[in-house]
Amino acid sequence: MIQRFANPGKFLALANTLLPWLWGATCAGFVLGLYLALVTSPADYQQGETVRIMYVHVPAAWMALMVYTIMAAASAIAIIFRHPLADVAAKTAAPIGAAFCFLALVTGSLWGKPMWGAWWVWDARLTSMFVLFLLYLGYMAVWQAIDDPHRAATIARIVALAGFVNVPIVKFSVDWWNSLHQPASVFRMGGPTIDPAMLAPLLVMGLAYFLLFLALHLTAMRAEIAARRIRALKLAEIGRR
Amino acid sequence: MKALLSLLRRDVRLALRQGGGAGTALGFLLAVIVLLPIGLGPDQATLQRIAPGFLWIILLLAVLLSADRIFQPDYDDGSLEIMAMGPVPLELASLVKALAHWLTTSLPLALAAPLLGILIALPPAAIPSLMLAMIIGSASLSLIAAMGASVTVGLRRGGLLISILVLPLYIPVLIFGMAASQRSAGPDIATPSLLILSAFALVALVLSPLAAAAALRAYLR
Repeated sequence: MIQRFANPGKFLALANTLLPWLWGATCAGFVLGLYLALVTSPADYQQGETVRIMYVHVPAAWMALMVYTIMAAASAIAIIFRHPLADVAAKTAAPIGAAFCFLALVTGSLWGKPMWGAWWVWDARLTSMFVLFLLYLGYMAVWQAIDDPHRAATIARIVALAGFVNVPIVKFSVDWWNSLHQPASVFRMGGPTIDPAMLAPLLVMGLAYFLLFLALHLTAMRAEIAARRIRALKLAEIGRR
Repeated sequence: MKALLSLLRRDVRLALRQGGGAGTALGFLLAVIVLLPIGLGPDQATLQRIAPGFLWIILLLAVLLSADRIFQPDYDDGSLEIMAMGPVPLELASLVKALAHWLTTSLPLALAAPLLGILIALPPAAIPSLMLAMIIGSASLSLIAAMGASVTVGLRRGGLLISILVLPLYIPVLIFGMAASQRSAGPDIATPSLLILSAFALVALVLSPLAAAAALRAYLR
């Protein structure tokens, strides 16, 4: 199944068919999710209206972790199966993941000010998330710094896999250390502890974020494949001269 | 085995005689320690509170700054290529080079830093546990540095990139190293933090040579 789309032409055909639907679903997801989150969901009995930041913050943090996992998985696939599109997938996922990570950090900071009384605290969850952001930047810097694309791809795979150590640290930081950040309340053993009236909008927003990532990622992969074709054509032209 | 030992002997000798090895690193350590009381004021209580963390950070930076010496000279003069073609697997050669870096740079720093901590009001009772944590932690630092050095070996301006790539991976060492340093030495010296620190070193011992060799092959191709 994966090998079928090793041919960039077939992949592009699939991406072109899927993309309009994905963008449509993303917009619908955000309209529904934001309506549920900002209008119909109840205010928190302690936090008041500021709890609505959660619907932007939590899915962004989920996506930041998930995109890095996808990036590391794509890098592993590139090493093991030499899949020609795996490097493209990893490379294009990085800026999107970094953006989600940045969004999670900024909204968390905005939420922290009214709740904890500080824009930023050096707490295990916040610090490890910040490190994740640095790892994204380092990965992107590798692609920038190395001219030869094949060499850059090999080095980037190693960097992505080495940085993956941090992902479990972020996920479990709230369980391992005493943290100001609240512990996991959705994806935990024994089911979610969050109220269903808040869980439903949160999950819709999570789905909308995921669809947004898919749409952005496919678009970015399409652009990257086009950029590689242009590079190949230019090289061929120089060769002919 | 004989080839590995001679490689180790060669690397250690080169590091000691070329400069940029232990002596320079210790000089760096001293210079930064002098800066601290100038920047923060000579208040003993403040210095004492931050001394262990400060020494850890200097250790991290000193190892990082010397990281490009692990592979760069051999890459530039072509001896790395000969090593790659030789009978010794590149993985083991990278491991030996990381070991040589540990012996000539990280280990002397780990031994000297707690003693020099006296200068910044580190209580003498805290020295043994800090030194033990630093000895174990410095092994991971050298191994991770070898990984970062291999990834940037062929780049003209790899220095900045190597710090972006390596410093995030140093954070677990710093966290658990600090936690292990704060225990006073006693019968229960094997605290959980020290065990995690050791586990991290063992994981780095396995993974770092694999990653370093893969990166070096990409540059040597």
